[in-house]
Amino acid sequence: MEDNQGILWEVFLQPKAGRPFKHVGSLHAYDKTMAMESARDLYTRRGEGNGIWIVKAEDIVASQPEDEASFFEPANDKVYRHPTFYTMPEGAKNI
Amino acid sequence: MAKELEEEDPIKLAAFQAKIDAEIKIEPKDWMPEKYRIGLIRQMSQHAHSEVIGMQPEGNWVSRAPSLRAKKILMAKIQDEGGHGLYLYCATETLGTSRDEILENLHAGKAKYASVFNYPAPTWADMGAIGWLVDGAAIVNQVSLQKTSYGPYSRAMVRICKEESFHQRQGYEIMANMAKGSAAQHKMAQDALDRWWWPSLMMFGPHDSESAHTSQSMKWKIKRETNDSLRQQFIDKTVPQAELIGLKIPDDNLKLDSETGHYSHTDIDWDEFWNVIKGYGPCNKKRLDHHKKAHAEGQWVREAAIAYAKKQELKLKTA
Repeated sequence: MEDNQGILWEVFLQPKAGRPFKHVGSLHAYDKTMAMESARDLYTRRGEGNGIWIVKAEDIVASQPEDEASFFEPANDKVYRHPTFYTMPEGAKNI
Repeated sequence: MAKELEEEDPIKLAAFQAKIDAEIKIEPKDWMPEKYRIGLIRQMSQHAHSEVIGMQPEGNWVSRAPSLRAKKILMAKIQDEGGHGLYLYCATETLGTSRDEILENLHAGKAKYASVFNYPAPTWADMGAIGWLVDGAAIVNQVSLQKTSYGPYSRAMVRICKEESFHQRQGYEIMANMAKGSAAQHKMAQDALDRWWWPSLMMFGPHDSESAHTSQSMKWKIKRETNDSLRQQFIDKTVPQAELIGLKIPDDNLKLDSETGHYSHTDIDWDEFWNVIKGYGPCNKKRLDHHKKAHAEGQWVREAAIAYAKKQELKLKTA
């Protein structure tokens, strides 16, 4: 007999208006409405957030840890993307 | 059976250990030795089951709580425990097992839960003693587990610890109030302490020398402190709390060693410990039967929810 516990959803919370959403955990639910209500009951019992995003876990595309080194490598030799790369004339202010 | 360590790729194994030694968390998609994965599933599912089974002794008192305040607090605590079980089940599933499999193992008696929940809670004072001692012991253990090497487990622990501090305080408040109440109330509190003290100490598990998993778990930083060291921390914290409210810890050999700052104590009755673990505690059968019954009775709800979800999807497609 089929006895599944619903699909897996990932939950993201916005702690305060204007702040970015942050992953807080996951839960099982059968549909969007239930996932949303469970996310509220499970992750915001003490006012931890005022905005919730839920995403089906299977829809998330993640980078692969084994490719980490080569995948992120292109950023490593571009120090000129950082402000500290540049030499400012002596005495320059507000820059 | 899990792959033996000798059968693992030695290069990957060394890189894995180096990561752990450098305090880098292991994440679900990272390579990990089979024994690490299996060991974590065992420990984390046991932890999750403990949260869920732990709702039972308290659930028994919701309808008989002495005031509306007490009732609301008790319900909030039980709801937290359900939530903690869910955090931990989800964290366990990241290791490649399913929720159904985790529950099947519990129902088949293959997965354990904390033995302490196999003791009955006959009076209201037991609600105090459970919060103060059982949650107190769990917190000592969980604070240490916040630093566990597996990322999802560690993050669940951080969240759980944040929520659980009220559990212990509400229990201690009950005990303190009863201890300063009538003679009968004081006695009720003392009796509950007598009942729960030893089972609480047993929650930390066997002596380090007897613990099958401790040494590998410490090497992989699944566990960060040994059973005996955590147990000692709990005793050192709790004895002065008992004294403060005029209750007596049921151990005549309890003595503060002024040099080490630690209390020495009588050894645990290990026969009782193993007996309850093997399933012969006062409530083992009752707790498991209740869980099976609740799960079976929820079957139609799950079926209805699946059918409803399918119907909604169909509506969306045809709209």
